[in-house]
Amino acid sequence: MLCVDVEKKLGEFALTAKFETAGGVTALFGPSGSGKTSIVNMIAGLVTPDRGRIALGDAVLFDSAARINVPPHRRRIGYVFQEGRLFPHLTVAQNLDYGRWMSALPADTAERERIVALLDIGHLLSRRPGKLSGGERQRVAFGRALLMKPRLLLLDEPLASLDRVRKLEILPYLARLRDEAEVPMIYVSHQAGEIVKLASQVVRIEDGAVLATGGLELLDAEGAQ
Amino acid sequence: MFNLTPEEWAAVALSLRIALVATIVALPFGIAVAWVLARKDFWGKALLDGVVHLPLVLPPVVTGYLLLIWFGRRGPVGGFLDSTFGIVFSFRWTGAALACGIMAFPLLVRAIRLSFEAIDRRLEDAASTLGAGRFWMFVTVTLPLALPGIIAGMVLCFAKALGEFGATITFVSNIPGETQTISAAIYTLTQVPGGDAAAMRLVIVAVVIALAALVASEWFARRAGMRYHGD
Repeated sequence: MLCVDVEKKLGEFALTAKFETAGGVTALFGPSGSGKTSIVNMIAGLVTPDRGRIALGDAVLFDSAARINVPPHRRRIGYVFQEGRLFPHLTVAQNLDYGRWMSALPADTAERERIVALLDIGHLLSRRPGKLSGGERQRVAFGRALLMKPRLLLLDEPLASLDRVRKLEILPYLARLRDEAEVPMIYVSHQAGEIVKLASQVVRIEDGAVLATGGLELLDAEGAQ
Repeated sequence: MFNLTPEEWAAVALSLRIALVATIVALPFGIAVAWVLARKDFWGKALLDGVVHLPLVLPPVVTGYLLLIWFGRRGPVGGFLDSTFGIVFSFRWTGAALACGIMAFPLLVRAIRLSFEAIDRRLEDAASTLGAGRFWMFVTVTLPLALPGIIAGMVLCFAKALGEFGATITFVSNIPGETQTISAAIYTLTQVPGGDAAAMRLVIVAVVIALAALVASEWFARRAGMRYHGD
């Protein structure tokens, strides 16, 4: 499915990541500052690796040897950021439709209604992001990323900015997304508790390198909270 | 008190037209230069920054004189524009608009540049992951988020253009009905005996226009700012 083999030097920090995923939800698991966000930024195309190759199925997104570097807006990879990053000057409805406009996709009312219902954000559509709670904002961010019909969904600690109660409130939505949206996901987190509920494969990252790849048993290893 | 003579009305209307045209024509250039200065690093950036700000620190008479040399009918640029497009600046209201636009340009660029620099670049990253190429990202995210700064810059530019005197009078002189703006008319009236009442009428008009522009910009900026925080 997703095949990553990249190197990147960020100041003093050297990052080497090599792993493959098999679809479904794959967790990138490791302590803060271990390079998880840099890896998803490279998959999304927001950061360019120094060397290596990234491929999604048959599509090569980056290949330093072949001088291929597909720009982020042509990758069709959805990205849910830690802080949501909704557009403050657009309404929730306009935020949701943004990806469809920019990718020139035909309107798919049924799909939009399904996702709006799935995330329970129908009552927010005419509001602007400034007036939403943290949990509502993240739900809209999930919807915005899904409605561009991504080939892969990147979730970078989407619950990190929320308190415990809000986290528990969002987790079931994420589980529903996993079961119903049928988009492969990369879920970045340093919280084993979230990963257990969502992921089936785990890539453990530490100090800018992949420590191990496997199943949920990797979560028990010491070193991560 | 407020019975302006036809000549005075002409000066008021001309000033408004000149300031408006100067602002509207300068705007796209101002946005482009502000964006380049805010976002790009290149050799000669300090020079571009300096040239843009030059009218702010040069004596206006110097700017006007340079315009006369360059954009006069026999000047290198003015002669070319005249023979190729039939555009003449010297001693025309269009020349006054050019002079005002150039004098106000630094203020326009400064306000817009600051608002570009204040934009959260991560929102642009988000737009690109949603399929927006550079052009559409600029149109749908960068520009709307910079809107309060753009409005502030336009009002500053308009106000400066409305009051510009030195460069304008040097470049296009002080011809009633063609290049005589409010400022030039007030200056002329203060030079002749018995012109005080007329000068005072124009002073009041100038104050009213300037205040109205400030109030309008405040209103626009607040509306634009409100959208960020929800309504």
